[in-house]
Amino acid sequence: MSISIDKQFGVHQHALQLRSDRAAVLASNIANADTPGFKARDIDFSQVLKAKMGEQSDTLPMVTSAGTHLQSLASAEAINGLKYRNPTQPSIDGNTVDVDRERAEFSRNAMEFQAAFEFLNGKIKSLLSALRGE
Amino acid sequence: MSLGNVFDIAGSGMSAQSVRLNTTSSNIANAESVASNTDETYRARHPVFAAQLQSAMNKSPFDFAADQLNAGAGVNVLGIVESDAPLQLRYEPHHPQADENGYVSYPNVNIVEEMANMISASRSFQNNVDVMNSAKQMMQQALTLGR
Repeated sequence: MSISIDKQFGVHQHALQLRSDRAAVLASNIANADTPGFKARDIDFSQVLKAKMGEQSDTLPMVTSAGTHLQSLASAEAINGLKYRNPTQPSIDGNTVDVDRERAEFSRNAMEFQAAFEFLNGKIKSLLSALRGE
Repeated sequence: MSLGNVFDIAGSGMSAQSVRLNTTSSNIANAESVASNTDETYRARHPVFAAQLQSAMNKSPFDFAADQLNAGAGVNVLGIVESDAPLQLRYEPHHPQADENGYVSYPNVNIVEEMANMISASRSFQNNVDVMNSAKQMMQQALTLGR
């Protein structure tokens, strides 16, 4: 029996990567809080995680019968993942960033990063203890 | 590693806000700088912000192979514009800078607006600093993986 490290880490390695990607998205929202016309964006975490794990996303793909047909945008979103946030209080210059909300999301994301980190760290520690055989 | 992007993004936000704070302080400092000629009078200056899309611009939206999020959008200061609001003309005939009709032209700086701008800029600066601190903590934690 061989140990598959990739299987052992499971969803947590992808979750950790996605959490840090999401931190960049939320940071750009906060940095552009005063930019006219900037639209706040976020990633659909569960959809992107499913795409990273190679699972089928919830949105149905469009059927293509020839090689030149374009793929549906739904599957592109599942991979690329960036969506626009629904504005609660859009300002008159077209900016849709709500700084309080973005900051709350950012700190929540940091906490969930920590959680994913702890899970992954636990997996690595259990692998190490299996290797040492102590 | 996209946590490194956070530093670039928050850093661009901080530098943009400090440009804004610079123009605000220059406006407040020059609020009473008079000139006898309306062309030479100081006019209120304001920066123009725009989002910089690093990788989104050179990547097709139909690029399905791209599994990396092209998220990073920092702030760019496109330039600094001078306000075209009317200058304040005050009748001060004994002022050394008065023109032949006795008027002195004062800058079109609105102090109340500038103070509000200053508070908004410093709050946005603080937000970016907090983001950078959180990203630093996340990165330091990621470095301790497996210990």
